[in-house]
Amino acid sequence: MGAESHMKRSEFIAGVRAELPILLGVIPFGLIFGVLAIGAGLSPMLAQAMSFIVFAGSAQFIAIPLLGAGVATAVLWLTTFIVNVRHMLYSASVAPFMQQLPARWRWLLAYLLTDEAYVVSILHYNDDTVSDSHKHYFLLGAGLTLWTTWQMSTAAGVFLGGQVPNSWGLDFTLALTFMAMVMPVLKDRPSVAAALAAGIVAVLANSLPYKMGLMLAAVTGIIVGMLIEGRGAKGEGRRGSSLVSCASRFGEQS
Amino acid sequence: MSLWLAIIGMGLITYAIRLSFVLLGERGQGPAVFRRGLKFVPTAVLSAIILPELLQPGGTLDISLGNARLLAGLVAALVAWRTQNVLGTIGAGMGVLWVLEIIG
Repeated sequence: MGAESHMKRSEFIAGVRAELPILLGVIPFGLIFGVLAIGAGLSPMLAQAMSFIVFAGSAQFIAIPLLGAGVATAVLWLTTFIVNVRHMLYSASVAPFMQQLPARWRWLLAYLLTDEAYVVSILHYNDDTVSDSHKHYFLLGAGLTLWTTWQMSTAAGVFLGGQVPNSWGLDFTLALTFMAMVMPVLKDRPSVAAALAAGIVAVLANSLPYKMGLMLAAVTGIIVGMLIEGRGAKGEGRRGSSLVSCASRFGEQS
Repeated sequence: MSLWLAIIGMGLITYAIRLSFVLLGERGQGPAVFRRGLKFVPTAVLSAIILPELLQPGGTLDISLGNARLLAGLVAALVAWRTQNVLGTIGAGMGVLWVLEIIG
């Protein structure tokens, strides 16, 4: 029992640690959300409630002008669905690891399943060198860390109002953190192909509204990854494009 | 009040999406082809977030030496590949970004 609770605690702490670098990029977003929400006429209570109840940055940002413009609630809800539908991919992706968990754990972890908690946790779930039995504590640690930061940075934005200083480009740290996370995963040709396809489609579709470009890019990347993997299984994938095979070798060295 | 209703509805929709497959359990695993695709989700999502940040900092495509985020990102990618260290990657990327912005 002592060893068991020790493992739970160390998984939880590892999740908190993994989430820390991401906070650097999240805090400016929370601050700006708080400022914009108040600027659009939301009460401090409603602004904070939105971070608490919705807990999804992109959807919250998009909701502000919609609420300000007084659009129909149905439009707001449809927009929320479109912006957040990518989380269904995350849900499907972590579901196999949660089958043994009691329902109360699944209800709790689903609430915490943001982009930022998902990415660190799925990389940990996929790490075969660690036993699977307590990995939900990792997601709990990462998720609660992000949750607390989101609530507090929203509150800070709400109360600081327009006095938030220029963020010094700190939003860029989110992309940099994700870069450090994706590099170790690019260790075979299908993964590199998935990454390239998703990245290119994301750039091409960046002007689509409501984060639809991200969803389109993710789905394209997944399909391309599967196609390359399927072909590799049949004939060792000898005819891969030079760019992909070069990038794949690049990944294998890491 | 209607604003509260709007926000609670947003929350329920978001929660339902996140809960979907997690709650379905065994029944929600779908066909084998679907499960095979899941392992590419993190790679695809991360790349789809990173690349536009580097190539389209102002919303429009900018592949030039004048794009500080692209240069900073390339240096950071090199550090990420060599060290796999998150803080080192952030430090390198932000360092290059700030230096370029001071010079520029």
